[in-house]
Amino acid sequence: MLLTFDQVSLGGDQSHRLANATGEISDRGITALVGPSGAGKSTLLRLANRLEVPDSGTVQFRGHDINTLDPLALRRRVAMVFQRPTPFPGSVMENLCVGDPELNETQAVTLLERVGLAADLLTRDALLLSGGEAQRVCLARALATNPEVVLMDEPTSSLDPAARTDLEKLARSLANSGIPIVWVTHDIAQMQRIADYVLVMIDGAIAHSANATDLEANSSLPVRDFLAGKKL
Amino acid sequence: MNQVGWDALAVSTLLVFIAVALSWWRNLGLARSILWAATRALVQLTAIGLLLQIILNPGVSIWWGWLWVAIMILIAAITIRWRTPNVPGTFGLSLAALTGTAALTLGVLFGLGVFPLDLRSLISLSGLMIGNSMAVSVLVGRRIVDELSDKRDEVEARLALGASSAQAAQPYLRSSLRTALIPQIETTKVVGLIALPGAMTGLILAGVDPLDAVRVQTAVMYLVLGSVTTTATILALGIRRQLFSADHRLTAPRRES
Repeated sequence: MLLTFDQVSLGGDQSHRLANATGEISDRGITALVGPSGAGKSTLLRLANRLEVPDSGTVQFRGHDINTLDPLALRRRVAMVFQRPTPFPGSVMENLCVGDPELNETQAVTLLERVGLAADLLTRDALLLSGGEAQRVCLARALATNPEVVLMDEPTSSLDPAARTDLEKLARSLANSGIPIVWVTHDIAQMQRIADYVLVMIDGAIAHSANATDLEANSSLPVRDFLAGKKL
Repeated sequence: MNQVGWDALAVSTLLVFIAVALSWWRNLGLARSILWAATRALVQLTAIGLLLQIILNPGVSIWWGWLWVAIMILIAAITIRWRTPNVPGTFGLSLAALTGTAALTLGVLFGLGVFPLDLRSLISLSGLMIGNSMAVSVLVGRRIVDELSDKRDEVEARLALGASSAQAAQPYLRSSLRTALIPQIETTKVVGLIALPGAMTGLILAGVDPLDAVRVQTAVMYLVLGSVTTTATILALGIRRQLFSADHRLTAPRRES
């Protein structure tokens, strides 16, 4: 397994709460982490990148407790793309170099092509890009660390429908190329479009996990209500 | 030597009343503040003058001067703490930063013989050093917390790419330090072109040869420049350590969006 959460709890305010979350994330395809707002999806993702640490319980990455791993090395193996695009001041090339300071221009162009962007973007001011372009640059920057998995925290929530579709296709192509994706969303339609595996979070716990093809089998009533689009 | 007697000082309050009259005339609502500021300045300076009169008597041990410096540092640290309530651990950090800066700058000035080590020089120079450093420290403290809280997403994006807390905070520390220090650097650049600095004006009014006054003033400005930069840098690095955990997570307060 790529990531294993065992009885993970985390305090703090309501939107950052986890209560004995237990579950696993596959090292293939796209795993959608879904649930209503405040269910703890983003917190679970941040735990995997060690931007948060649990009050109790363990998080394992490829069988190793992440508390025993060097956090800086772990974060380069477990890349993360955030809800809002976070371009840094400077050119696109400078942004990519934050991911890999040794990056040369040819490698940078390859990275841009991987995320569907043209090479002439390299010299552009990253703060002047459109939302969709900026989010792709953030993904390219994350890929510059040569990660083993990409965590995406509602990456399309601030994008227009066209940019959203493009990013979903991009995630699929990355997953097909062997980089597993963990994609947080509260959008059931998006989950149905992209997911191979689904983890449903409710009230800070992983309430259900299944293949996307037989999602509702053996699921509890709150999970079925959420998947049916009922407000919990 | 020129002297301003109490009667002359009383006449100079005419200028304060002009300011008050202007405030009333234009309905600025500043009359009370101007009067309060002028009164406070008079009372505080008189009190400190009386105290200095006692301390600066020949035969008083230099250790009273060092005690004075220690008390000023303590009061400055308390003031910084009080003016930066959102910055964690500023009291201890400012105490350390001001003490370190005092040791360094006074060490250079007195250790290398720029000024003679006597009570007069010790108290006035350390007052300048601590006063200016305090003002810049408050600014730096507030700016760093604001920058790291406002740009939390950016900082965490850098951390998520494997940057250490020092690397992730570097652009924001740099920007905070530049904002706090540039006014001081600009003042140093234009000194003499636009305005004569206070210490030099005071010396010239007191009858000192202008070139002697210039040398003293220049050394004083170098002291201020060196001390504010040193204090601000030590404080900024200390605050950065307070705002990140040992495992490179940002623990700065989260802003409501």
